[in-house]
Amino acid sequence: MQFFVIQRILGILLMVFSFTMVPPMVVSVIYLDGAFEPFFNAFAVTLITGIVAWLPVKNYKNELRLRDGFLIVVLFWTVLASFGAIPFILSTQIEISITNAVFESLSGLTTTGATVIEGLDKLPESILYYRQQLQWLGGMGIIVLAVAIMPLLGIGGMQLYKAETPGPMKDSKLTPRITETAKALWYIYLTLTIACAVAYWLAGMNAFDAIGHSFSTVAIGGFSTHDASMGFFNETPMVEVVAIIFMLLSGINFSLHFLSWRSRSVKAYLVDSEFKTYITLLMSISLISAIYLYYTNFFITPERALLHGMFQAVSIGTTTGFTTHEYYNWPGFLPVLLLFTSFIGACAGSTGGGMKMIRFLLLLKQGMREVRRLIHPNAVFVIKIGGKPLSDRIIQAVWGFFSAYVAAFVIILLALMLTGLDQISAFSATAASMNNLGPGLNEVGLNYSGVNDTAKWILCFAMLLGRLEIFTLLVLLTPAFWRR
Amino acid sequence: MKIIILGAGQVGSSLAENLTSEANDITIIDKDEKTLLALQDRLDLRTIAGHASHPDILRAAGADDADMLIAVTDSDETNMIACQVAYTVFHTPTKIARVRALGYLSHPQLFQQEALPVDVLISPEQLITEYIESLITHPGALQVLDFADKKVQLVGVKAYYGGPLVGHELSTIKTHMPSVEIRVAAIYRRDRAIIPQGNTVIEADDEVFFVAAPKCIRAMISELRRLDKPYKRIMIVGGGNIGKRLAQALENDYQVKLIDHNTIRAHDLAKELDKTIVLNGDASDGNLLTEENIDNTDIFCSVTNDEEANILSAMLAKRLGARKVMALINRAAYVDLIQGGEIDIAISPQQSTISSLLAHVRRGDVVKVHSLRRGAAEAIEAIAHGDKTTSKVVGRQIDDLKLPYGTTIGAIVRGNKVIIAHHNTVIEPEDHVILFLIDKKYISDVEKLFQVGITFI
Repeated sequence: MQFFVIQRILGILLMVFSFTMVPPMVVSVIYLDGAFEPFFNAFAVTLITGIVAWLPVKNYKNELRLRDGFLIVVLFWTVLASFGAIPFILSTQIEISITNAVFESLSGLTTTGATVIEGLDKLPESILYYRQQLQWLGGMGIIVLAVAIMPLLGIGGMQLYKAETPGPMKDSKLTPRITETAKALWYIYLTLTIACAVAYWLAGMNAFDAIGHSFSTVAIGGFSTHDASMGFFNETPMVEVVAIIFMLLSGINFSLHFLSWRSRSVKAYLVDSEFKTYITLLMSISLISAIYLYYTNFFITPERALLHGMFQAVSIGTTTGFTTHEYYNWPGFLPVLLLFTSFIGACAGSTGGGMKMIRFLLLLKQGMREVRRLIHPNAVFVIKIGGKPLSDRIIQAVWGFFSAYVAAFVIILLALMLTGLDQISAFSATAASMNNLGPGLNEVGLNYSGVNDTAKWILCFAMLLGRLEIFTLLVLLTPAFWRR
Repeated sequence: MKIIILGAGQVGSSLAENLTSEANDITIIDKDEKTLLALQDRLDLRTIAGHASHPDILRAAGADDADMLIAVTDSDETNMIACQVAYTVFHTPTKIARVRALGYLSHPQLFQQEALPVDVLISPEQLITEYIESLITHPGALQVLDFADKKVQLVGVKAYYGGPLVGHELSTIKTHMPSVEIRVAAIYRRDRAIIPQGNTVIEADDEVFFVAAPKCIRAMISELRRLDKPYKRIMIVGGGNIGKRLAQALENDYQVKLIDHNTIRAHDLAKELDKTIVLNGDASDGNLLTEENIDNTDIFCSVTNDEEANILSAMLAKRLGARKVMALINRAAYVDLIQGGEIDIAISPQQSTISSLLAHVRRGDVVKVHSLRRGAAEAIEAIAHGDKTTSKVVGRQIDDLKLPYGTTIGAIVRGNKVIIAHHNTVIEPEDHVILFLIDKKYISDVEKLFQVGITFI
């Protein structure tokens, strides 16, 4: 482990991150909401810490090794979440404990969208904006951003990039060079965000809400500037339609966006089997929800049933976590069905969470292969995705991931119940955190303020585990990693 | 620059390593996914697994907008076909192929635009043979690199106690040898580069690189060390392509012995070579070497495919009394390990191949590149174009050029005339300028220097 190199990079990244406190300051000045000071202080603290960490070791410029990459990524997410919590703690307008502040900050960065703050509508604009911005930064991944804007990471950037990007096939790069790939991803991300903000604005939101919600929509986050989440805009159904479209778009693998943008055709989407499964699955769940809602007379008109059914299915299925309605009070099996959809989650290489569509597809195919093997004991079956055979290495990795996910889930679930949560709350809270979804059921349906502190820290861990796809974090907990 | 490399073998991967560090977009194609995975972990490039000459694979690698295709797979045929595909389907501007078989190479008309459109042919065996040949013709030199059709050469020499110039300042060269025009480009002392100034003192064990016309080289080497007697007896180990070519090139001027352990191969060699004595046996067999008068051999040159065997047999030969031993070594780590110790000269085939490829990758009109010191330093020959208004070099004195750190101009070739650079030499249009860069990091600055402003057409 090259601790000085790690410290140097961490210092640089912190300095860069400190500048993300500047936009909230600007917002604060525009709205004169009196929250300028906490942001300025947080900016100063972060910047100075960054400089202090970087200055004594600024000449350690060795190439990063594989292990350093894991450590940096995990450290960076935890350190940023801590520093990101400073404005919440310093702010005088909200009374918030350190646990809650860190929870809120980490929930933002990991795009979970679980909140502990009640009375959002009364908060200063700058703090609301800051929450949305946290999600936006976390959505595409801060390391990816760092790789894009700072060539200083060198080849080591690849190690970091791999440790942070979601999905089972991390070696596929859009362009030969890592910085170019990261830049391309951020351009797509930025374009989607701007388009989304404009669409929201046209659909009837005011500019502040439009920008704020575009951040959390494209990041598949789920923070809102209102307590009622998207339900605040119930009067304007167009807002929901826009949200559905952009949640769907952001849940698609970004390399598909890249390919179709470069070849100027939609063919790339149509031939991609992950995309096809993604759309089919979400549409089926939407229809099931809509029909069930209509026939149980939960909604009187079919249009409303369809709109809300679809919105909620897409929102939960992509792990965004916006709510228009108290979905946890929906009848029958729907809340649990939706929660299970979030396990599958969005596509690999998107901003969404969950186990990722491609893994689900591979597990499905693998299961089918076993069935076919029973029928044709001598046949040779190869698992293919989009006509291309996949190596057994990837399939093994998917199984490994699945089992680790289940194991982590069970342990966290049990730990939460140990702290006193009831079974439904504990189950849904674990699912909502690990899948980076946000709202759960029962006690954690609306927000997480009623949960005890120990449980919050466990959930923080779960969120990070989900965002970094288990192994990046898990590897740090093994003795082999620290052995020299 | 967007470059596609076919083949992730030794040349392919070390080329990729060299080029990725210079902000090029590299895509590398190979059949073996494991090699590719290892490469991708280490370097910032994209890898594609598949057959290198298939058009769909090339397209996936981005051949549509690639600037250059470098085909260095182990199959000559794949390399040539890949160039054909790149030319016909993708219109790639520059196509470079490695071709080994003499059967193809001896028919240059094959590689014309209407036949097999290969822009540049590379034959590593030939490059290595020429390189070893130039070392043998310059006793005492560690490295001899040609520029401008051998009108100028860059020579690396190790300074020893007893050399008349050792312990003196560089400015005394003029008084030592009034008739000899040379310029010291760089000095390496304990693996650290020193930028030579007039008052720099040459110490023993320094590695001195100087630029000179061929006729002055012997004189300069003799200033730095007790001059080796001209070589006479040469022993080559390994009758592969390199060994055979080397024997063919040398057998008329030297007494050459060639050892190969394969009986059939030895017989074939004996048929093809006229004056060389072909020995069938193991080069690590001390008795055989003693029998063949190893203690009177001037040069022992081990060029088999097996680099460990090369190292060991060269060490053995040195122990048994060979005056100078060379070994062909691929792995850069080994080169560092052994050069200057028991083994006098480590010959690295990649270095030569990469040097000849780099010339085509460099921007500006760079005609020749030699990669030195495991790729850390570079010597290049660039042509100055334009006039005083469009070019940053033409019409200016060398003193006035904004050369990056550690860069020295060694010589200028104007037409047929070699001008050794002085601080007041003025560069004219179409001059071939020979530069030495201690740190390759600054290569882009040098490229920019020699690029002509957009007004020049």
